Amino acid sequence: MTILHDLIEPGFFSSSVIDTALIIGCLTAVVSAATGTFTVLRSQSFTGHALSDIGATGGAAAYLAGVPTIYGFVVVNLVAGTFLEALGIKNRKERDIVTGVVLGAALGLTALFLYFDTTTTSASGDTMNLLFGSILTIQSSLVGVFIGLSVISVALLAVYYRQLLLSSLDPDLLQAKNRSPRAASLAFLLALALAVSMSAIAIGAILSTALLIGPAAAATRLAKDMKSTFVYACLMGAASIFLGLLLSYDSYTWPPFHHGWPVSFFVVAIIFVIYLLTLLKPEAKTRHGNAVI
Amino acid sequence: MINAWITASIVGLVSAVVGFFIAVRGQAFLAHALPNGAFAGAAMANLISINPLLGLGIFSVFGAGTIGFLEKKLKKDTATALGFVLMLAIGALLLSLTAEYSQQIFALLFGEILGVSTTELLPTAILAAVILGLIFLCYRPLLYSSVLEEVAFAKKISPGQYNMAFLLIVALVTTMAIPVVGTLLIFTLLVAPAATARLVAATPKTALLVSVVLSLTTVYLSIALAYESNWPIGFFIGILGFVSYSLGKIYQKLAK
Repeated sequence: MTILHDLIEPGFFSSSVIDTALIIGCLTAVVSAATGTFTVLRSQSFTGHALSDIGATGGAAAYLAGVPTIYGFVVVNLVAGTFLEALGIKNRKERDIVTGVVLGAALGLTALFLYFDTTTTSASGDTMNLLFGSILTIQSSLVGVFIGLSVISVALLAVYYRQLLLSSLDPDLLQAKNRSPRAASLAFLLALALAVSMSAIAIGAILSTALLIGPAAAATRLAKDMKSTFVYACLMGAASIFLGLLLSYDSYTWPPFHHGWPVSFFVVAIIFVIYLLTLLKPEAKTRHGNAVI
Repeated sequence: MINAWITASIVGLVSAVVGFFIAVRGQAFLAHALPNGAFAGAAMANLISINPLLGLGIFSVFGAGTIGFLEKKLKKDTATALGFVLMLAIGALLLSLTAEYSQQIFALLFGEILGVSTTELLPTAILAAVILGLIFLCYRPLLYSSVLEEVAFAKKISPGQYNMAFLLIVALVTTMAIPVVGTLLIFTLLVAPAATARLVAATPKTALLVSVVLSLTTVYLSIALAYESNWPIGFFIGILGFVSYSLGKIYQKLAK
């Protein structure tokens, strides 16, 4: 019992703040991991990260307007995701560059908004909260919103599952079946926009990429087929949020005392350690000789 | 003000040249990741009170090394993402451990080119010379390993080796640029002018030239506009980059 006490500080499971954080964190982790598996497969990590930075503009606007920041993220991300998809770029290098140019313009706008913010109010502390997340300050009334967003994004992925797999792994085959990949890739970007919005609130805009890419990258090294990739990614994502919250809770007794280390630091550190552990496993070989992913 | 113009010229020139390779290799994500991740280095320098330039240098090289290591195991963009978030997470931790951060960190994110001092000018110039020297030495192998992998193979150029060299070059650009212009400016300057130049120029040499001209025009114009309006420079650089790239796209469509 004393060992358990050392591992888990008293009060961890009886705190309602932690309860809300755990529910929202696990929902976010599972949606991010599922979307992230496709993101890794489609080499769209930069799109995922760019959306989180672009969404922060919406978050800042929502904050100014006095509505929960999640709505700002969702609206701006859905618009940006649709815009990037409407450009219809297939070439990987070109997509990278165009994402960069669009992100540069969006960040320029953010700089302008922040300038207006700081000249009218002095809100730099809130900006840091926006960038680095504040899972422990989420109101429990938002749990319903998070459940709704999770259901929509998972449904989008589930409906287009086969087409997404085909267009990610073998676009020619999809073309041969006379199906346009556009609907599937739009569905993917919308799911991505929602997942990124959720994780931007949970662990912060600039670290949301960790929850998106980390578990998926680790899962692709462990799993033999697509289904188990999704399962592993979701489990690892949820585990990293759970452990991250626990360690952050414990860290109130670590130096510098009574301060607490940030949850997002622990989440990312755990994801990274999990990934490094998967490197110990020798390169996976499938029946076809090479790893699928 | 004279310091601002000199700094802008140096940063504009270097980012146009390095940006050319960013555009050819399709590595805008890297140009975003290293400067944004490396700000943790400045936070670390702040925490243990060493020279911020040293902190930035150590951290950008650490980031470049991590990404380079991960690139052997993963796709380029996945590797960049993982290395990037690791740098950011360490930054978040360091920031939470230091008390007085926000003002300085804001300066690092968005830059304060108008307030560059003469003592900051010398390290910027030296780093710029080193970067341009490295690019000059590795110009051909870098170009081959970026666009023509078969030629690179035939000429016995190892892509992995030059990949690492390029990561280090971007790390140096990061160290040079962040103290004087901030992460946002250097990212936009690394991506937009060179990407636009590639749309309108036919050969690598003209693309480089167009990239330099565009980059300097963008920086000078943005400084002037920021000075007039008192709005942040990053806003003008970002928007001008977007506009010039869109115009480049239209030109490319019409030329066909």
